[in-house]
Amino acid sequence: MALRDDVKGTGTYSLIAIPIMIWTIIPLLWTLALSLKSTDALASADANILGNFWPRQVSWENYQLIFTGGASELFLPALRNSIVVCLSATVISVVLATFCAYAIARLQFPGKRMILTTALGVSFFPVIAMVTPLFDVWRNIGLFDTIPGLIIPYLSLTLPLSIWILAAFFQQIPWEMEQAAQVDGATTWQAFRKVIVPLAAPGVFTTGIITFFTAWNDFVFAISLTSDRARTVPAALAFFTGASQFEQPTGGIMAAAVVVTIPVVILVLIFQRRIVAGLTSGAVKG
Amino acid sequence: MAEIVLTHLVKKYGDGFPAVNDVSLDIADGEFMILVGPSGCGKSTLLRMVVGLEDITSGDLLINGNRVNDLAPRDRNLSMVFQNYALYPHLTVFENIAFPLRLAKGKHTEAQVREKVTQAAGMLELTEHLERKPSNLSGGQRQRVAMGRAIVRDADAFLFDEPLSNLDAKLRGQMRTEISRMQRRLGVTTIYVTHDQIEAMTLGDRVAVLKKGVLQQCASPRELYDQPVNLFVAGFIGSPPMNFLPARVGDGTLSLPFGDVPVGTDLVEKVAGKDVVIVGLRPEHIKDASLGDVTGGARFNATVDVTEWLGNEQYAYIPFEPDPSVQALLEELDRDLDGEGMRTQMVVNLDARSRLREGDDAAFAFDPASMHVFDPETGACLTRDEDLAAQIAREAEEDRRNSLERAKAREAATA
Ligand SMILES: Nc1ncnc2c1ncn2[C@@H]1O[C@H](COP(=O)(O)OP(=O)(O)OP(=O)(O)O)[C@@H](O)[C@H]1O
Ligand SMILES: [Mg+2]
Repeated sequence: MALRDDVKGTGTYSLIAIPIMIWTIIPLLWTLALSLKSTDALASADANILGNFWPRQVSWENYQLIFTGGASELFLPALRNSIVVCLSATVISVVLATFCAYAIARLQFPGKRMILTTALGVSFFPVIAMVTPLFDVWRNIGLFDTIPGLIIPYLSLTLPLSIWILAAFFQQIPWEMEQAAQVDGATTWQAFRKVIVPLAAPGVFTTGIITFFTAWNDFVFAISLTSDRARTVPAALAFFTGASQFEQPTGGIMAAAVVVTIPVVILVLIFQRRIVAGLTSGAVKG
Repeated sequence: MAEIVLTHLVKKYGDGFPAVNDVSLDIADGEFMILVGPSGCGKSTLLRMVVGLEDITSGDLLINGNRVNDLAPRDRNLSMVFQNYALYPHLTVFENIAFPLRLAKGKHTEAQVREKVTQAAGMLELTEHLERKPSNLSGGQRQRVAMGRAIVRDADAFLFDEPLSNLDAKLRGQMRTEISRMQRRLGVTTIYVTHDQIEAMTLGDRVAVLKKGVLQQCASPRELYDQPVNLFVAGFIGSPPMNFLPARVGDGTLSLPFGDVPVGTDLVEKVAGKDVVIVGLRPEHIKDASLGDVTGGARFNATVDVTEWLGNEQYAYIPFEPDPSVQALLEELDRDLDGEGMRTQMVVNLDARSRLREGDDAAFAFDPASMHVFDPETGACLTRDEDLAAQIAREAEEDRRNSLERAKAREAATA
């Protein structure tokens, strides 16, 4: 009986799931298809199959354009900036959030509630409202168009959520784990590093990935707070130009979009199970 | 190897409540000390103060003569088994046991670690589980991993906080003998918290009985049983528990609910001036008179309410009228003991041969010398014989030394 019910349940779920999957994957496939079309194919429906969807002849010219051609001067530094900014923001955010969340979960100190509520309040703050003031401040103190000038706002975006998630994780770990480690001869720091952090690993991964994605996908800060030197890929895409003034740089933009999506896909695939474990185990008690 | 001395230890939690109040204990090297008491009496708190997880409010804690009040847990060189084991779920059994060794950086080479862990695992029959994770083990196996982690390094003492309370009855029995054997073999000072009667009586060289943070009596199991210092200890030790009967003091007699019992002159002196006392009678000291095992002694007739036959023995329950003057005291005692209700019935532990059944009107006999008489105001035991108690203590200490030596000799012989 149970088995039959299960199978029936699966069928219903698949029926619902398939349209959702198609719905979400079409824009991605479309991007990929566009990036593989030559300039001619972009302009004429005859060169494509499936109703102008997929090119008859796969062309790599867009990728050549962004890696070695005219757009590479714009794209390659932007890619480098993106990587540097995102990795730095992730590392700093995870480290800070881990310490902060640990203190919140384990220690009694005045102002603990205030930190938590402030963190929550900050994450409600509309991003767009921060941009103009930040632009002015950054220009005055020389952070405009620098890599730290991007890392700092990303930290303020991601730290609140990271702290909340990690604090929930730490609270779940019984005190006795640490006490056992201390009796076994560990210092507070060793107990933290060898017992608590490994046990909170799903939480650490989850926050790391959330931070990375937020920074990697951000457009608002990237476009407003940078110019030539610290521009990241999402902002750089806006500055692509076609071969002539009358030609849209669609293919190049699409190719760049595919390239920047790849790390995200790889990350998700690698950490998929940890994120799921992390999101659920964080949710049980939070 | 260590001698642990607690002098006037006090623990007050943040709310000012004294969870441990002026406890002094001398724990000899190699001794197995048990802490018992009803729930919330401060056993765990006391143990955690010894190991360093709880600050000491006042008093001194000495290990081998050194005051360690302010040392961090890692500097006290004690090992502890937690009630829920607190195994590290992300490490294999091997790494769990090796954890304390790896923390002592530079002390052990990889080969030494491997050897020590393998040896401990062999002793606890964990050899085939070394590569598994704790979450895949049974309760008993987890318990043994926790013990392995405690014994693998040369700790000065082992501390156990109710290590068997999560196991089922059968496994608990096995592990109990296992712990006892291991302690004798290693000869390490051990403090063991439990609220299980049997564990307390069978494992301990000495048992410290706590009530609301105050030490009541610390003595060998035999002394606790035969010569309790007060009502609380008398009622706590023994299963089924001691019967407490109100008794009016008469002229050379005590009037129990079931009849008058003549008492000796020294007891008459002790109860002089009191109206009412409380008499404690162990269920096994009351006999079925028809079996003729007791000659002389006090006899009385009573109607049996319920009997329970357990194969090797038999319990009979006899209701009696409570005396209002001590009723309140007995009820309070019952609450202190986490009691199962008011005891206005007497339990008799009969020989399995006895043919007494429910509703029978039967004759019982007991030796008046087996009565414990308690002062209803202070709860102190008036019949406690200090000389006898001292002798029991001496014998127990002798037994302990002998068994430690035997274990050492056996160890030497097998090695
Ligand atoms: N962190 C704490 N803050 C305040 N009071 C506490 C704290 N921990 C324990 N207590 C109190 O101290 C007393 C003793 O607690 P403890 O845990 O030592 O009892 P126990 O004898 O181990 O009981 P059990 O057999 O139930 O484990 C209890 O009354 C408890 O309420
Ligand atoms: Mg306890």
